Amino acid sequence: MDEAFEPRIVAFVCNWCTYTGADLAGTSRLPMASNVRVIRLPCTGRIDPLFILKAFDRGADGVIVSGCHPADCHYTAGNYHARRRFAVFRDLLEFVGVDPRRVTFSWVSASEGAKWRDVVNDTVATVRELGPFTAWRELAPADATARAGER
Amino acid sequence: MKELQELARELLAGGEVRLVVGWEDGRRGARPAFVRDPDDAGRLIFDNRCVHNLATYLDPRRDHLAGPGRIALVVTGCDALAVAGLLREHQVTREDLVLIGVRCGGVLETPDLPAPQPLTPETVAPRCHDCPVREPRLVDHVVGEPLPAPPQPAVTLDQRVAELEALPLEERWAFWRDQFAKCVRCHACRQVCPLCICERCVAEKTRPQWIDPAPHPRGTVNWNLTRALHLAGRCVGCGECERFCPVGIPLSLLNRKLQLVVKERFDHVPSDDPAQPAPIGEYRLDDREEFIR
Repeated sequence: MDEAFEPRIVAFVCNWCTYTGADLAGTSRLPMASNVRVIRLPCTGRIDPLFILKAFDRGADGVIVSGCHPADCHYTAGNYHARRRFAVFRDLLEFVGVDPRRVTFSWVSASEGAKWRDVVNDTVATVRELGPFTAWRELAPADATARAGER
Repeated sequence: MKELQELARELLAGGEVRLVVGWEDGRRGARPAFVRDPDDAGRLIFDNRCVHNLATYLDPRRDHLAGPGRIALVVTGCDALAVAGLLREHQVTREDLVLIGVRCGGVLETPDLPAPQPLTPETVAPRCHDCPVREPRLVDHVVGEPLPAPPQPAVTLDQRVAELEALPLEERWAFWRDQFAKCVRCHACRQVCPLCICERCVAEKTRPQWIDPAPHPRGTVNWNLTRALHLAGRCVGCGECERFCPVGIPLSLLNRKLQLVVKERFDHVPSDDPAQPAPIGEYRLDDREEFIR
């Protein structure tokens, strides 16, 4: 922990738009922060708020949730459902005192490699400024805290 | 009270229902009553100690009340909101139910009193704030005389929510962390909730294990946030979770906050119309998305 703080970010992205967009960012060789671990899911509608809580449990300092723009969902309406769910979830997190800037929500289409780069870089910069999410990590039982560094 | 007892007697004697769920006087105060014999209908009472939301007994998981034949349930106007929630989610069939609405003038915070007490801003239940259902709806029978509106609670939930929101993030986190740290994961909040109806709760799933089952802070924070979230847009604000919580976590504040969120964002308030959809699971093309970039 003495080393300089590097934020650990988990990104939950939809298969059809943001994953492809992130792929485009990669194949276009856009330089961006390497702090993000991408988890590909079929749709933003598949992303349960529990995923975000679990990411924090496992030591994430920030989370990105990203999918197709409204009207672009491969399954017609998954992103509309996700939008409602995350609106409520975000307000709940803020109410209990979690800084909402730790969770970034975005729409990134398959052609928006550059936007994905910006989302990643901005999120990493913001979380870097916020520092490690110690408030959440301190919730873990003592033995789990010791193990968290090995994961 | 006579009217209620007479009605229950008739329903049971006529074979229209096999069971009436209401309230009775117990050793400690008012308590839920299950009347099967018409001669026992005289046990039923209704006064301002009758705070239990009996809709929770309709939960299909509670199979000790299951069986052939209809059930009559005594409900106040706001309890009927929970029944509407169960109907909306197809957990009960309206034809299997006889709903006896009682005209309510507000209830106390606790049922554990030997006799009804005058309602004052200090003793009235927080849920009676701005009571929207002076006349029970959705019901088959209405009993009792119209009663005056209850007094407003001295401190409303909205005021307490606003007070918390005025605090900086770190203090809010400290407040909730300490509250959730008290949690012993007894899940009483879930068991008593009329709308926590999953046959298998996510808190009990082990493969994968989403929520740590142990009562250490990580498990309790995740559990309490998830419970609140799963009731967003479904909670009717009866406050039974908080009343049953053995360690006194102010769950009503979380529930109330989420009620305010769905009201502000989706223009949704708890409704006694089962045909009106719940906000989560529905969407509008123009839902606000100021938090998405």
